[in-house]
Amino acid sequence: MNEQLSLYGKTFTSRLLVGTALYPSPAVMRQSVAASGAEIITLSLRRQSPDQQQGKILWDYIRESGCQLLPNTAGCKTPREAIALAEMSREIFQTDWLKLEVIGDDYNLQPDPYGLIEAARELVGRGFKVLPYCTDDLVVCRKLLDVGCEVLMPWGAPIGTGQGLLNRYNLQTLRERLADVPLIIDAGIGAPSQAAEAMEMGFDAVLLNTAIAKAQNPALMAQSFKLAVEAGRNACVAGLMVKRQTASPSTPTLDMPFWQQVDKVPQD
Amino acid sequence: MQIFINGEAKNIEGPVDLNSLLRKLGYSGETFAVALNGEFVPRVSYLRTEIHDGDTLDVVAPVVGG
Repeated sequence: MNEQLSLYGKTFTSRLLVGTALYPSPAVMRQSVAASGAEIITLSLRRQSPDQQQGKILWDYIRESGCQLLPNTAGCKTPREAIALAEMSREIFQTDWLKLEVIGDDYNLQPDPYGLIEAARELVGRGFKVLPYCTDDLVVCRKLLDVGCEVLMPWGAPIGTGQGLLNRYNLQTLRERLADVPLIIDAGIGAPSQAAEAMEMGFDAVLLNTAIAKAQNPALMAQSFKLAVEAGRNACVAGLMVKRQTASPSTPTLDMPFWQQVDKVPQD
Repeated sequence: MQIFINGEAKNIEGPVDLNSLLRKLGYSGETFAVALNGEFVPRVSYLRTEIHDGDTLDVVAPVVGG
């Protein structure tokens, strides 16, 4: 049975989470989020002067969307920064859900595992529902669970690269060893086929932004990802066949015409 | 006194509390949040938070994000 996605006690029909950034316009963003069927959207906070109104415009859309909000701490490089931004997010967005990012490298935006665990421990203690953006390292993931995270979001590839699932061995290991933990592949997904693959591998959901926002037709791409995630999930539930090295005919071989038992043909 | 607001140096008259300062700067409504010297300041604490020379103030609002 294809159960609903359950995260921190809330259930969702859609297993596709989408970001709200990089779209050519707010209107295209809204169309694309709707086409994706996503029930969870990510967003962020940035400095703003009093004469700017973008914050209010976005806030109005957010309230109308009805989606579960997942504010991020993108750009934070220390636990202190991430914790302060998390608290500001909770006050503005009125949610304790948090996509926790503590970045350790500017070049590939790789999560800092030490800072991530430290920040997660503190934020869980402050009542946040932390969804950490993490690497695919099994031990780091275990530590994040130890400090109270109930959901993990390992990367498929670095943010914005569209490289897909770069380390299938690590990801498969995570899936098998953390069988009961909701795992969401976050970042690096560039094509619907890659999202479908993640779902076929048994991951619970996929979070992406750039692949939709930067498509020539973002709304159509959003729909494509929606279908791919559904197909991948259904395939996982249905049960994929086991790969084999040698061919095996799918058409029955019994009663094949033209075939003779050569050694039983009477000899003159 | 001189303080830094969203990274920019600004001269203001003191003493002043955070609530008055935000009003003077033109911030209104509920779509912003504040950190003083890198620490979150809840809205309920604005009135009793004093601003000091050299303080850094960050005022943030919702933006799109991934």
